[in-house]
Amino acid sequence: MASSNAATHSHAHDHAHAHDDHHAPTGFWTNYIFSTDHKVVGIQYGVTALFFMLFGFGLMMMMRWQIAHPGEALPVLGPLLEKLLGSNMAGKGIISPDLYNSFGAMHGTIMVFLAIVPLATGAFGNYLVPIQIGAIDMAFPKLNMASFQLYFWGGVVMFTSFFVPGGAAQAGWTSYPPLANAIPTDGQTYWLIGMVFLISSSLLGSANIIATIIQLRAPGMTWMRMPFFVWSQFVAAFLLLLAFPPLEAAGVMQLMDKVFGTSFFLPTGLAVGGDLANISGGGSPLLWQHLFWFLAHPEVYVLILPALGIISEIIACNTRKPLWGYKTLVYSALMLGFISFIVWAHHMYMTGMSTKIATFFQTTTMIISIPSVIILTCLLLSLWGGSIRFNTPMLFATAFLPMFAIGGLTGLPLGFNYSDIHLHDTYYVIGHFHYVVAPGTIFALFAGIYFWFPKVTGRHMNEFWGKVHFWGSLVFMNVIFMPMFSQGMGGMLRRMSDGGINYLLRPELLYMNKVILYGAIGLALAQIPFIINFFQSISGGKKVTSDNPWEATTLDWQTPTPPGHGNFDRPMEVFRGPYEYSVPGHQTDFTPQNEKPKA
Amino acid sequence: MMEFFYKILGLPEVASTHGHKVDEFIVYIHWLMIALFFGWLVYFVYTLYKFNARRTKKANYFGVRNHFSTYIELAVVGFETILLLFLAVPLWGEVVGKLPKESDSTVIQVVAQQFAWNARYGGPDGKFGAQDMEFVNNDNLFGIDPADTAGKDDVQVLNEIHVPVDKPVLCYVSSKDVIHSFRVREMRATQDAIPGMRIPLWFVPNKTGTFQIFCAQLCGGGHAQMAGGRLVVESQEDFKRWQASKSGATLNFE
Repeated sequence: MASSNAATHSHAHDHAHAHDDHHAPTGFWTNYIFSTDHKVVGIQYGVTALFFMLFGFGLMMMMRWQIAHPGEALPVLGPLLEKLLGSNMAGKGIISPDLYNSFGAMHGTIMVFLAIVPLATGAFGNYLVPIQIGAIDMAFPKLNMASFQLYFWGGVVMFTSFFVPGGAAQAGWTSYPPLANAIPTDGQTYWLIGMVFLISSSLLGSANIIATIIQLRAPGMTWMRMPFFVWSQFVAAFLLLLAFPPLEAAGVMQLMDKVFGTSFFLPTGLAVGGDLANISGGGSPLLWQHLFWFLAHPEVYVLILPALGIISEIIACNTRKPLWGYKTLVYSALMLGFISFIVWAHHMYMTGMSTKIATFFQTTTMIISIPSVIILTCLLLSLWGGSIRFNTPMLFATAFLPMFAIGGLTGLPLGFNYSDIHLHDTYYVIGHFHYVVAPGTIFALFAGIYFWFPKVTGRHMNEFWGKVHFWGSLVFMNVIFMPMFSQGMGGMLRRMSDGGINYLLRPELLYMNKVILYGAIGLALAQIPFIINFFQSISGGKKVTSDNPWEATTLDWQTPTPPGHGNFDRPMEVFRGPYEYSVPGHQTDFTPQNEKPKA
Repeated sequence: MMEFFYKILGLPEVASTHGHKVDEFIVYIHWLMIALFFGWLVYFVYTLYKFNARRTKKANYFGVRNHFSTYIELAVVGFETILLLFLAVPLWGEVVGKLPKESDSTVIQVVAQQFAWNARYGGPDGKFGAQDMEFVNNDNLFGIDPADTAGKDDVQVLNEIHVPVDKPVLCYVSSKDVIHSFRVREMRATQDAIPGMRIPLWFVPNKTGTFQIFCAQLCGGGHAQMAGGRLVVESQEDFKRWQASKSGATLNFE
């Protein structure tokens, strides 16, 4: 429907009403489960991803408790785990090393592939890209539905794997062979199958976003008039489209190693346990690492670009002035996208890398830090000269900037291989990427939820509880992640099921595990107001008084609230750039993109 | 001066000749990071205060109109270039490129397994017995040829790796089952142990003592318990005595 209308876009809107009455789904199944409407798919993605984020957070809470109290039974949940997963996994309510490794592997997998990326691209991308460019739906609505269904079933496979004999995957979210092959659990196989579902889902979603942005822009919506959020989705979709297929192939190869006895990633002469492994041999464990990180590094930019997009929209709107250096932002995002494909092996400096290869990868890594610094600088300079409204979305958006800065800067000593000798695989790495993703991307996603909630539901979320949520999250995120830099500097390693008590480490480093646990409990408590606020505001929040409650300029605020099937009730035509706030001589301090210029 | 920064960052003791270079490099990067971050933070806090809607009622359409930020970015690029070209690249070249001569070093073959470290020395004659893939089995994971007499005085140990002080140590690191990572924090030495590969790692210990060998790569359920490894750095005489006490144990692998 949408694609056939693309050519006669404005024409389609003339008939929008009659047209929609004809096509709008009516039944429960077509309306809520197998919907092809981009907004419903976006909400499906959003709700599912938020659920998985809470679940992944829960896994982390149990892990943090266990490593702060090694060898002690987990209160309340311990006996429950023992009942659910058996006494060899959680005997006497203590999380066994195998279960800890399961939780670790699944925390990473769930947070990256089932929570944050689906929320950033599946939910925000699906819901906002069409209405920001003035389209009535995505280019391929049915692909969009298929994308969500694949994602959902991929999630079900991952979740089920906790209950198969041997438990869920235990070889880290990176699933390095030969460990992934040596672990005697079917969970590892489930992980691979789940990944194939999730990757296929991402491919359909990203192809759709690219086609939509290229084909379905409203008249006048030239490339340089697109909101930066749309640009960020565009680049992120290209990264997913080009970087995921190698991992899908690698995943199928590892599946064959696991199930059919091939040896793509297994060398000759492996002796796991007492005996020589019964494999054909001749493969290379490093091949998997290359294929994995060829996806997983661009994936980092898939995590961060949509977040930067969301932040840009919110900062422009709440400073009431244009973004500083819009074009620079766009070019930097494109540059990030390109370079992110040639930095992957900086995750592998300790695999015996020669000077030539190491020099290439650390040079590209330093080069990619330049557009990152430029983007951050543009956003910081955008604040200058504004008239800043500190509502909840803006609080999250401003806090994002220093938090993301910490995350980005601490990447430098890891990007140079000489300092990586000391910091590789320590808690410094954990602190680094969690600053990027947790108080970074997740703050951006929270900001986006508070910002677009009135458009999606027609009601505001409560400001007071929003601020409680913000301050609680900001303080406790730092209590959790800041000590990790000290732990890492002191030489404490990640992925230790007992927190590292067996190794010779300074006691204060181990004590920090307790501090981090208290931070994690605080962070959990700080999410309660958000969860209640979110659900309560759907039906009980303050109603919006106009379709454009934040007085924003982009097309998403020109739709009815909430947008109906077909999105717009009048044809959209674009006359100007996305952030025309406080234009001198204009009567209001915002000029919507579709406002006709005075002749 | 540098000692002060090592302390602030909480870097552990160093016991190898190149260790301080790693620490100095880490300190240089943190100078850059801290300067940038606090620069940004001061600007950020001031801006949020000054341009709060309560104080600034009307936004300025044009915002910043100078090019100061460009100069800061150029400075960052310059600093990173210096770190990269004059420190990181040549120093890495020393770590992986300029291996010491085997004749001048203590040569050790390290084979990791779930969840311990095996090490093998050439023994008093400094010569390893011939090795071949076909001899590898659970009792002979280095694949020693039992017929070769050069191997009769070889020394093979589990977890406790002794080396003499002030002499280069050259390890050939491998693994028999899954990927581990051989890491001695005080030596500022880390090398993944990858099955099917034999990767050299070298350092020169300059302090005697007993140091923890960490496994720095998730290697299975016992990863956290793989803590039995010790690197014992001792005087040349003590090392000779220790080696003699272990010599000839080749075929009754400990």
